[in-house]
Amino acid sequence: MKKESRRSFVRKTAAITSGVLATNVAFQSFANVNENKKLKLAVVGCGGRGSGAVVQALNADDNVELISMADAFRDRIDSSLKGIQDHFGDSKKIKIKEKNIFTGFDSYKKAIDLCDVVILTTPPGFRPLHFEYAVNNGKHIFMEKPVATDASGVRRVLESAKKAKENNLNVVVGLQRHYQNKYLHLHDKVSRDEIGKIVSGQVYWNDGGVWVNSRKPEQSELEYQMRNWYYFTWICGDHILEQHIHNIDVANWFIGEYPSHAQGMGGREVRNGVEHGQIFDHHFVEFHYPGGAVISSQCRHQKGTESRVDEVFQGSKGSVLLGKGEIYSLNNELAYKYPKSWSDDPNPYQVEHDKLFKSIRNGEVISDAENAAKSTLTAIMGRMATYTGKKITWDQIMKSKENLVPDNLTWNSEAPTLPDSAGYYKIPVPGKTKFI
Amino acid sequence: MIFFRYIIITFIFFLNIEKSNYSEKIPNSNSTIDMVYIPGGEYKMGNKNKNSDTEISSFWISKYEITWEIYNLFVEYEENNKLEFIVGNEKIKVDGISKPTTPYTDMTFGMGYEGFPAVNMTHYAASKFCKWLSLETGNYYRLPTEAEWEYASISQINEDYDIDNYAWHKDNSDGKYQKVGQKEPNKLGIYDMLGNVSEWVADSYEENIFKSRKLRSDPFIFNKNKYPKVYRGGSWNDESDVSLSKKRFYSSSRLQERDPQIPKSKWWNTDAPHIGFRVVRVENIDSKSLRDMFWNN
Repeated sequence: MKKESRRSFVRKTAAITSGVLATNVAFQSFANVNENKKLKLAVVGCGGRGSGAVVQALNADDNVELISMADAFRDRIDSSLKGIQDHFGDSKKIKIKEKNIFTGFDSYKKAIDLCDVVILTTPPGFRPLHFEYAVNNGKHIFMEKPVATDASGVRRVLESAKKAKENNLNVVVGLQRHYQNKYLHLHDKVSRDEIGKIVSGQVYWNDGGVWVNSRKPEQSELEYQMRNWYYFTWICGDHILEQHIHNIDVANWFIGEYPSHAQGMGGREVRNGVEHGQIFDHHFVEFHYPGGAVISSQCRHQKGTESRVDEVFQGSKGSVLLGKGEIYSLNNELAYKYPKSWSDDPNPYQVEHDKLFKSIRNGEVISDAENAAKSTLTAIMGRMATYTGKKITWDQIMKSKENLVPDNLTWNSEAPTLPDSAGYYKIPVPGKTKFI
Repeated sequence: MIFFRYIIITFIFFLNIEKSNYSEKIPNSNSTIDMVYIPGGEYKMGNKNKNSDTEISSFWISKYEITWEIYNLFVEYEENNKLEFIVGNEKIKVDGISKPTTPYTDMTFGMGYEGFPAVNMTHYAASKFCKWLSLETGNYYRLPTEAEWEYASISQINEDYDIDNYAWHKDNSDGKYQKVGQKEPNKLGIYDMLGNVSEWVADSYEENIFKSRKLRSDPFIFNKNKYPKVYRGGSWNDESDVSLSKKRFYSSSRLQERDPQIPKSKWWNTDAPHIGFRVVRVENIDSKSLRDMFWNN
């Protein structure tokens, strides 16, 4: 059993830190040019997460101002702005004028036009459209995961990701485990072969589920689906994508590959009312990787059941438990424990924005979008495996024709899915649902 | 006032209200909360340098920290129409009970569920749990005041005790909370008063509560601000310290630092896997205005 002494760990960390400093020095001249420029921030998608991301962005840089907000709904913007103002007291960084508040399906364009940096935090179905527009207009971007709800959207994001990279645009994606010290540190240890080659693993997002926004009589079908978006596949992607992507992405990251195929099962056992739209309440998927690793992925939204949000991997020399921050030998003896408690490490949601703005100021480029798109596709592959009950390969899903989000939606458009006379929506049926 | 209080206490004594330990069964569940009777008295609240003579009325306090399976009865309860209960001759009406939102992630942080202390609830949520518990059981429950908590925690252990026998702390907890009731109880029979998880008390934090030299009777400091609220006892994540029972911790926005949303959750902290709570029941039910403060109405 190899134990790393604290001293050697400190020495290695110091070496890594000084490496980062050296890189920054190279961009010093660039940094001086950009340091004083005021950065104008816009947010597209003003829910709780968008508002939180605005707060983090405003905290990340001395010279950034929130100048524009966009959302499908005006009331979401008003409550978001109030939340941000309440958080800061009277911050001079909040410079929202009425004329720069935009609502409706095309509001994103007007907000993005005005800014240098944009936060894209609408429900994920709209992300490809918004991301593409932001990249085409040369903006730096923070966007939340997942980055699409279907393969068509993923392909669109991959194309824009390439373009963003070519044009030196920073793109940070809210897969915040990549910005969390514990994960970075353990990933480093796994990369240095401390558990050998990963052969299997288990990743989990099991908990009680999320909010339901009930239907109001004055709402059109489309507005209802936009308000209760978590339960509609076209806009949310199902919870295997919307939440569990975090854990699936960690598997991809630690193994260093994307899966070659997936098979699994799922359904709606408990959360199956009219208010629960279309999505499943549980999925269990096997992801098979080209190098031979097999990952069991489980996600469940059922109240009163055992909760677990975690990732665990077994390698040829030992195993790593990411939740606990522990590494075990093959004999199941504790070989290493991450020495810091949650309260000692910086908040990863804040680190995402600190790094984004630092990178913009230093003329560097962070390019999270390609991996985020491929992890999004991994979760979609899992979803299509449980929806169809068939094995789905990476090549199949990459070429999938499924296109769930209509172009050019307006409030007069028909909703992408419609309920039957009793209010129930069409639910995928394994064995019958076709792969498109 | 003090004279009046003694009359009441004497009166209650003659009524022969149960003055012993008991188990509160929570209806429609298999869960019970064991309650320990604490006879009232006077003590010096505070440390050697800053303290004040404090008088405490008798009360019961839960023997263990509230565990997840009990807390989740509240998180998952189905609303019913029961909105009043009777204590003694008083009918207590409740204006409805709001219940916690479903947490965004696994709030146990993988540290254990069955038999383990509930954590990561806000002070508001812990207060509302007590209101819910009162309505469910028909007995008046609330968080302990800081003075009650300290009274139940101190002087019941010998000066030269070995803290490892009584408390889970940073050096013996393996970096996580532990099942309740595994260490030795204090002399009053209460488990994990020190260590394991820190415990919310009802009071808002004020630094200098010992200014006055006068005897303080059942003190309780309250204001409507979300922060700072007091929590006591230390946790699995705190250094062992012989003065743990005297140490005053208080909340700040740091307890929700990792909540990625704005506004932050009313119900869940994201950075408090070291803070839970226990409940008390008092012999003399508090006035309506006090109840509203205790229940955070």
